[in-house]
Amino acid sequence: MSSPSYTVIIGLEVHTQLKTNSKLFCSCANEFNPDNPNTQTCPVCLGLPGALPVMNRHAFDLSLKTALALNCTIPHFTKWDRKQYYYPDLPKAYQISQFDLPFSENGWLEITNDEDGGPVRRINITRAHLEEDAGKNVHDESGQGGDSGVDLNRTGTPLLEIVSEPDLRSASEARRYLEEMRTLLLFIEVSDCNMQEGSLRCDANVNLHIHNEDGTTTATPIVELKNMNSFRNVEMAIDYEVKRQHSEFKKTGKTIDDSSKVTRGWDAERSVTFAQREKEDVSDYRFFPDPDLVPVVLTESEIEVVRRSLPETPAVKRDRFRTEHGLTEYDASVIIGQGPGITAYFEAVVFACGDGKIAVNWVTQDVLRDLNASESGVDDFPITSDLLGTLLKWITSERLTNKSAREVYAILKKRAVTGDEISVQDVETLAAEREIVRDTGALEAAIAAAIASRPDAVEDVKTGKLQAVGPMMGMVMKQVGGADPKEVRAMLISMIQDS
Amino acid sequence: MPELYEQSTESLLSALNAGDLSSRTLTTACLDRIDQLNKKLNAFVSVNADAALAKADAVDKRRATGQTIGLLQGLPVGVKDNICQAGVATTCGSRMLHNYCPPYDAHVVEQLNAEDGVIVGQLNMDEFAMGSSTETSASGVTRNPWNPEHSPGGSSGGAAAAVAAGMVPLALGSDTGGSIRQPASFCGVVGMKPTYGRVSRFGLVAFASSLDQIGPFARDVHGAALLLQVISGHDTRDTTSVDSVVANYTGQFNQSLEGLRIGIVDEHYGEGLDDEVEAAVRRGIERLESAGATVKSVKLPHARYSVATYYLIAPSEASSNLARYDGIHYGHRTEDFNSRNDGLIDLYCRSRGEGFGAEVKRRIMLGTYALSAGYYDAYYLKALKVRRRIREDFDKAFAEVDIIAGPVAPTAAFRIGEKMNDPLAMYLSDIYTISANLAGIPGISVPCGLTTNGLPIGLQLQASTFSETTLLQAAAMAETSGDTIGVCPVA
Ligand SMILES: [Zn+2]
Repeated sequence: MSSPSYTVIIGLEVHTQLKTNSKLFCSCANEFNPDNPNTQTCPVCLGLPGALPVMNRHAFDLSLKTALALNCTIPHFTKWDRKQYYYPDLPKAYQISQFDLPFSENGWLEITNDEDGGPVRRINITRAHLEEDAGKNVHDESGQGGDSGVDLNRTGTPLLEIVSEPDLRSASEARRYLEEMRTLLLFIEVSDCNMQEGSLRCDANVNLHIHNEDGTTTATPIVELKNMNSFRNVEMAIDYEVKRQHSEFKKTGKTIDDSSKVTRGWDAERSVTFAQREKEDVSDYRFFPDPDLVPVVLTESEIEVVRRSLPETPAVKRDRFRTEHGLTEYDASVIIGQGPGITAYFEAVVFACGDGKIAVNWVTQDVLRDLNASESGVDDFPITSDLLGTLLKWITSERLTNKSAREVYAILKKRAVTGDEISVQDVETLAAEREIVRDTGALEAAIAAAIASRPDAVEDVKTGKLQAVGPMMGMVMKQVGGADPKEVRAMLISMIQDS
Repeated sequence: MPELYEQSTESLLSALNAGDLSSRTLTTACLDRIDQLNKKLNAFVSVNADAALAKADAVDKRRATGQTIGLLQGLPVGVKDNICQAGVATTCGSRMLHNYCPPYDAHVVEQLNAEDGVIVGQLNMDEFAMGSSTETSASGVTRNPWNPEHSPGGSSGGAAAAVAAGMVPLALGSDTGGSIRQPASFCGVVGMKPTYGRVSRFGLVAFASSLDQIGPFARDVHGAALLLQVISGHDTRDTTSVDSVVANYTGQFNQSLEGLRIGIVDEHYGEGLDDEVEAAVRRGIERLESAGATVKSVKLPHARYSVATYYLIAPSEASSNLARYDGIHYGHRTEDFNSRNDGLIDLYCRSRGEGFGAEVKRRIMLGTYALSAGYYDAYYLKALKVRRRIREDFDKAFAEVDIIAGPVAPTAAFRIGEKMNDPLAMYLSDIYTISANLAGIPGISVPCGLTTNGLPIGLQLQASTFSETTLLQAAAMAETSGDTIGVCPVA
């Protein structure tokens, strides 16, 4: 096999709606509300004559928070620009955005290269800028040719655009970047990141660097991919596009110099990308500074206040879970990848039981399995972190076997189904009933009896066939209910060897 | 006893205050005057007599029962047709907005209502305030009360004409490049453009956002000061509105001009300035000097670029501000549209093509061109740089003088139709006023004489930013020490 004949070059533009109470330049509610069109509007977001925008400082601070979490540089001066184009969902015929002086630039986001915690890849962030979202054109989907409408509920919603450098090298890497980005945005609580409701959107710029036989490289035309409404679709669309561009290049030999950037949409039903007609000829947005808005001037201390308000980022948390709680990179990623709710649950369990490894096993196996089955959120999960932590504390203090703990857990789940309140005291009682027997006298007697009844097995053990203790263990366990199997096994072997 | 429409603001206020005059009587007199003259002058595009009388009665009632009355005490006020009033057609003199009623009040309208002004109606203007003659309005031409063959100036020609003809004692206009001061000069009334940021633009339909400012028209400086007082102040809904103390403007007149430094600009007296205008302006300045001011020359070296700078910045902003009038959401939409054959772009083009007049289209095209990729740096960006220089010139000048005095316009009111086909000549009629907008400084036009043909001439006074108090004091002195131009004959 020769080395791959091309390198995939991917840059992503992530748009995320910020979780504010009100819109970016007016006091209308910032809520997803497609069933009641045009109810969250006012003269400002309708673009009525004479209305003027006023910046929502909270939205700006959330953007600042995000940019700081993405390790961006924050200039002390930023301004607003008008991006001008005509479309019915854009009532002012311009979008207030940021052109040449965005509020942040030159950051990075680290992603792990595979699920087993391979080397970390640093993906550079070109810039993040704040802008207002457009409304939505609503067309008659019945095919009866009814009138089209415009819903301006979304108009003016704060939208953060995060542009990466073309640093991503495969579709799966692009997906991991998006997952990492989503996790970050959720942890710092700036967005709901709901792709179905459009609060997280992604466009991808994709092309190939073809490695020619003479050692030179040829770049194919850049394609901007749109309409991808899930991370899986992003991955599939890029994979498709890579193959398409490669065969296109083999057929036509067209390079980046032969074509300006084109837009292709993703058809999820047919799993293909297709050439998209542009809204109109929008190559020139005639950007210019918005004279209705004063520039934003920031001091270092204002930036510092936001920096200090930043919660622990997922990357830092992951490191801490490894060093502090002894988790593997993989386990830490699984927990954190589940979002802030599960992560907080996990941390509370660790705090209560004192052992990260036991906690992570229980949370990733039992809790996540049950949560997925019930399709409910961790906040509604009946076995709260208090209860699980109490239960696991019995294991970490070696008073309860894992098996007995699972019994207790099963009983708790059953009680939850019937709607019974479960208290920490209930967990204590159930666990105490199964407490490991520490009365070594009874245990020793049972072991001695077992040894006496199986001289054949005793010989085997003496010659090194340690698995021969199995039947004797069974006898002892039957006799002494709360015994710890590990302890029984060790005692059996040592008593046989001493005999 | 002079007619009500001839009386000074002060005498009307004291009569109202003393109970010798009711707001209803005064409002009725204004409505009668409008009835009598508006057909001829076309100053008002709409009059709301019922609302005005109801407000007047409410003020009178409160006065009769000894309750507090706002600063305007029931004085009637006209409002330029680009200032939004909830439920009142606000057309900006354009076919594009012929059916448009805003759902909200402009900041200045709220202030007028709160301070007991009686809003009588909406005043004619050049379409979207683009013009210097009030000839481009979809509601027809406004005529100058001093001579109806002549233009009242523009774009706030309706406001200037209404005050000059005694239809209202006070009016609000807007000034983007001279649109208050030039018509005030043409119509022999006082008109003032405040410092940019002094008055909230919230509810003023934007022409060029970085230049637009609402300001007062009145028969006298006292009236202008009073109205400015009412509309000034910080408004959080306009981020360019400045949180700066608003002085009691009317309480500071009759102060000596001793020590006031007045600057004159040699470049003002060059080519294009009418001899009679020059003579009247020079006489006006001499009178300020004899009242105690000192006069010296100042330099504004970049002032000669102001027209070129203005005609890049203002149309650029306008092309963006007026893009929203697309026939989709409100305003004029073409009838000539068939969704089977026509595309969205046809709807846009036809609606805008039908809705806008020639001058508005000209400026939209100028601005669109100046902001286009490849031209932006050479035009818009360069204009911003020159604008900074013009501002710096004023900063330097105002380090040496308190007031800059000069002409408002190169000529007295020109004839209707005279400049309609010569846009450049029309643009030059703002040559002395637009630098104040570019620099953001306040300026005022005060009558200073009549031409031999009996047309008013204005003296322009300008001051540094937020020096309205000094500006009004000087204007009041220019007014009391000047030749009275007499009452407008309403020929
Ligand atoms: Zn709104």
